[in-house]
Amino acid sequence: MALTGLFLITFLIIHCTINAMIFLNDGGVTFSHWGHFMGTNPVIRTLEIGLVAGFLIHIFQGLLLIKKNRDSRPVRYQVVAPAPNSTWYSRSMGLLGTLLLLFLIMHTAHFWIPNRANQFATGEELNLYQMMLSIFADPLIVALYVLGCISLAWHLLHGFWSAFQTLGLNHQRYNAIIHFVGTTFAIVVPLIFALMPIAIYLNWVN
Amino acid sequence: MKLTLKIWRQKSNSSKGEFKTYIHDHVSPDMSFLEMLDVLNEGLVKKGEEPVHFDHDCREGICGMCSLYINGRPHGPLQTTTCQLHMRSFKDGETITIEPWRAAAFPVVKDLVVDRSAFDRIQQAGGYVSVNTGGVPDGNAIPIAKKIADEAMDAAACIGCGACVAACKNASAMLFVSAKVSQYALLPQGQPESKERVDKMVAQMDDEGFGACTNTKACEAECPKSIKITNIARMNREYYSSMFTNYEVTVSGGGD
Amino acid sequence: MALDSKIPAGSLAEKWSKHKFNLKLVNPANKRKYDVIVVGTGLAGASAAASLGELGYNVKAFCFQDSPRRAHSIAAQGGINAAKNYQNDGDSVYRLFYDTIKGGDYRAREANVHRLAEVSVNIIDQCVAQGVPFAREYGGTLANRSFGGAQVSRTFYARGQTGQQLLLGAYSALNRQIANGKVTMYNRSEMLDVVVVDGKARGIVTRDLVTGKIESHSAHAVLLCTGGYGNVFFLSTNAKGSNVTAAWRAHKKGAYFANPCFTQIHPTCIPVSGDHQSKLTLMSESLRNDGRVWVPKEAKKGLKAKDAASIPDTDRDYFLERKYPSFGNLVPRDVASRNAKYVCDEGRGVGATGLAVFLDFADAIKRDGRSVIEAKYGNLFDMYKQITGDDPYTMPMMIYPAVHYTMGGLWVDYNLMTTVPGLYALGECNFSDHGANRLGASALMQGLADGYFVIPYTLGDYLATIGWKDKVDTNHPAFAESIKSVTDRQEKLLSIKGKKTVDQLHRELGLTMWEYCGMSRSEAGLKKAKQIIQDIKKEFWTNVNIVGSGNELNMELEKANRVADFIELGELMVDDALNRTESCGGHFREESQMDGEALRNDKDFFYVSAWEYKGEGEQQALHKDALEYEFVKPTQRSYK
Repeated sequence: MALTGLFLITFLIIHCTINAMIFLNDGGVTFSHWGHFMGTNPVIRTLEIGLVAGFLIHIFQGLLLIKKNRDSRPVRYQVVAPAPNSTWYSRSMGLLGTLLLLFLIMHTAHFWIPNRANQFATGEELNLYQMMLSIFADPLIVALYVLGCISLAWHLLHGFWSAFQTLGLNHQRYNAIIHFVGTTFAIVVPLIFALMPIAIYLNWVN
Repeated sequence: MKLTLKIWRQKSNSSKGEFKTYIHDHVSPDMSFLEMLDVLNEGLVKKGEEPVHFDHDCREGICGMCSLYINGRPHGPLQTTTCQLHMRSFKDGETITIEPWRAAAFPVVKDLVVDRSAFDRIQQAGGYVSVNTGGVPDGNAIPIAKKIADEAMDAAACIGCGACVAACKNASAMLFVSAKVSQYALLPQGQPESKERVDKMVAQMDDEGFGACTNTKACEAECPKSIKITNIARMNREYYSSMFTNYEVTVSGGGD
Repeated sequence: MALDSKIPAGSLAEKWSKHKFNLKLVNPANKRKYDVIVVGTGLAGASAAASLGELGYNVKAFCFQDSPRRAHSIAAQGGINAAKNYQNDGDSVYRLFYDTIKGGDYRAREANVHRLAEVSVNIIDQCVAQGVPFAREYGGTLANRSFGGAQVSRTFYARGQTGQQLLLGAYSALNRQIANGKVTMYNRSEMLDVVVVDGKARGIVTRDLVTGKIESHSAHAVLLCTGGYGNVFFLSTNAKGSNVTAAWRAHKKGAYFANPCFTQIHPTCIPVSGDHQSKLTLMSESLRNDGRVWVPKEAKKGLKAKDAASIPDTDRDYFLERKYPSFGNLVPRDVASRNAKYVCDEGRGVGATGLAVFLDFADAIKRDGRSVIEAKYGNLFDMYKQITGDDPYTMPMMIYPAVHYTMGGLWVDYNLMTTVPGLYALGECNFSDHGANRLGASALMQGLADGYFVIPYTLGDYLATIGWKDKVDTNHPAFAESIKSVTDRQEKLLSIKGKKTVDQLHRELGLTMWEYCGMSRSEAGLKKAKQIIQDIKKEFWTNVNIVGSGNELNMELEKANRVADFIELGELMVDDALNRTESCGGHFREESQMDGEALRNDKDFFYVSAWEYKGEGEQQALHKDALEYEFVKPTQRSYK
């Protein structure tokens, strides 16, 4: 979980950086330039297979983990009061992950799948920028995207430092830095993502 | 004080259990939680009913025998052992639910008594330094930095009560196992066998059916001896280091 | 039978090494042909089982707890003595020997104690090698502290949890042998009988506490490492499960019981808070270094700790400082305990029960500041607050003495063998090394000395002598007979169905013992106690109520089995206390004192009392095992 998690975090950085180009408000020129690079560069395309695998492994491992951990306590407690000992989101990574999976299905159905399908069929890329403008005109979709980003934030808030802990990358001197970076990352990245549909919907970007 | 107690009763491992409710109106705030149960039991015996079975021994917070999941938390509302929990931590008229530790690796023996022999088996898998009695160097021949000795002592303070497993939503035993692995990983005496030790202990832990760690930190928050999850990170580090950098030996076996 | 303590000849320092050479050895290839049973897995039991397993014997180890790691050795706080002289402060094997003999009020054997002091140094090395995290100095060497009034710093410690760490060390060595297949561990198993055939111990009968199954185990030798019997007082600092049953059943099978009346009472325990009290909690006696013990000069019934400040200094009686100006609050445990009892008997005790004295830190806090006191005693203060709800930083603690350790136990010779050949007793369950009073930080030392460094030698001698063919298996009729007697007794207990609970009767026994055979004993009181105990015994066997059956986990039945033995032991303790009309160590006879202080009588009582069981309801026979001192000259203790 930790290795794939950290790998997916690096993907988030790139994804977020490129998408943030829309805030340049240049009619999508920069955004499309980098989108084209990501969509056609053979190195990136090869890495993309790794990315898909990363997602699948992360999801699959997560499901196995949930199963194993449920089996470890076949008889549940009648009363549980875990609030004083742990945070709700650290205990709800499975739930948050499931929400993210649903979001991911919707999100790839919106952009990645039609684009790659079209590339495969015609060799041409779709205009993702235009697609964004039209998809994010629907307030329901914007709300769902924002919810997805919130799930991502909680997921990262626990997942980031947790990955380091699991890998044993832990030292008194660096723990505070890991926590700070993790918390900042968990807030900033989803916030930027969430701002995109909002900005488009509110016509801050057009 | 008067309390309503909802207590898990189960005749034996093979029989089905259920909650039974008892009204207990002879509770003094100065009683320990176990003494409160003693008084309840004395009343039950006088009525010819079977007393509630629960594990306990030293009653001073060190043997690790007492357990009890009280109102949704191991050892109750304070970060201490059940024997050191006193009734002044509860309110008059309160309802208290008492359950056994719940984990596949800790089967119920009777009522609130569970079988924690899985912990023993994990220790037997590698929780020792292989030295025979006699033939060891002078105590001062192995200098150990005070800070390291103190850190090892922090880890070694574990009493093996199983509250970490009980508290963990995954019934994971990582805190318990890592405390022992850490103690020996920190000390020079533990070095010669450090790689096999972590391998074997982790493998045994998995065999026993404990869950996996998802770093919720519940164990650390509930541990009556304040064992830190730093130990878990240290064990993970030991584990990966054993996995990737095991001894490079080309000749197997000894010989003359 | 004449008692032969088998003390080797020669100079004190050479006895043990010469003896080791004279002991027979078992051929390494033959060791696997011998079976050894170890009952109890505390410091003595775990260390013995591990060491014997390492040597190659087949060991079966038993404990009544759910894991060997829970044995009550784990609760020892202070430390372990060893004559390492790391501090260059004048310690030596001889000094540790001398201090222990003197501290025991000259009722221990010289040779045994010297051996203990000799091997003390090996214990530390062994524990360090096992990875016991002893406290260290900044330079990386082992740290020491002075403990229990010793003039030198020879106590090694692992925070306030030395017993725990030493036990976990022994437990780890035991685990290694379990993993090697040399030790078979039986958890939640209680020994109920020793099987003796042709005068030799051949095995034991146990009850599996979970299934209730009565089982037989045979072996070439049986080692009892079953701890002390302080729970005869019901309230003590022992664990709830600590019991005399194994030792007592052995006693009934021919092992003499030595000095049963020698019990140690610890002055700094948290007082009883009500009838519900189930055990007493000890607080380190280091508290007396800074705390001042007092009660009001005039009786103030029910005086609470929070109102103590309202008593002006002139109305306080700092009775230890008044009576013992040179030692003050640091007088030995027995003196401090007895004087607390006296002021409470006078009606000047404090707290709701009137059975407590104040231990006041107000002056120390004023002198050194709160932070200094906190650094020294922070965890003890927290523990006190946790248990009592009172904050000792703002009001005095209340303390009262409690039973802590029993110096008496099964009689053993120099080889730790009881009067039954093949039956050994190690650790607190024997009587051998502490005389009439044990020094602080010496119990851990003795348990590990017996298990790691004495029994591996002395047991080999016995085994080599009898040979591996000299064994009976569990089909022998003696085992069936033993199972029958154990089962019959259990059936009888379960069939009484009376009105009183086991705890009720145990509490009655405990109160009687505490009142008449506790800190201060008199002929009239002891005679009265004997009568009361006989009445309790009668009542127990006609009016106890045990719910449940014998073929399941039944903790009431377990307790009943143990209390039945405690009752019989209680009577023997009273007999022993009646016989010993001197005051020595933990045993204070009111008839034997001078100026209010204990008066020993070496002329008439320079011996170990060893009692022989003569049958149900019969008076036990006293055998005197004379003490022969070649090297030390006994003197009278004085702390004035």
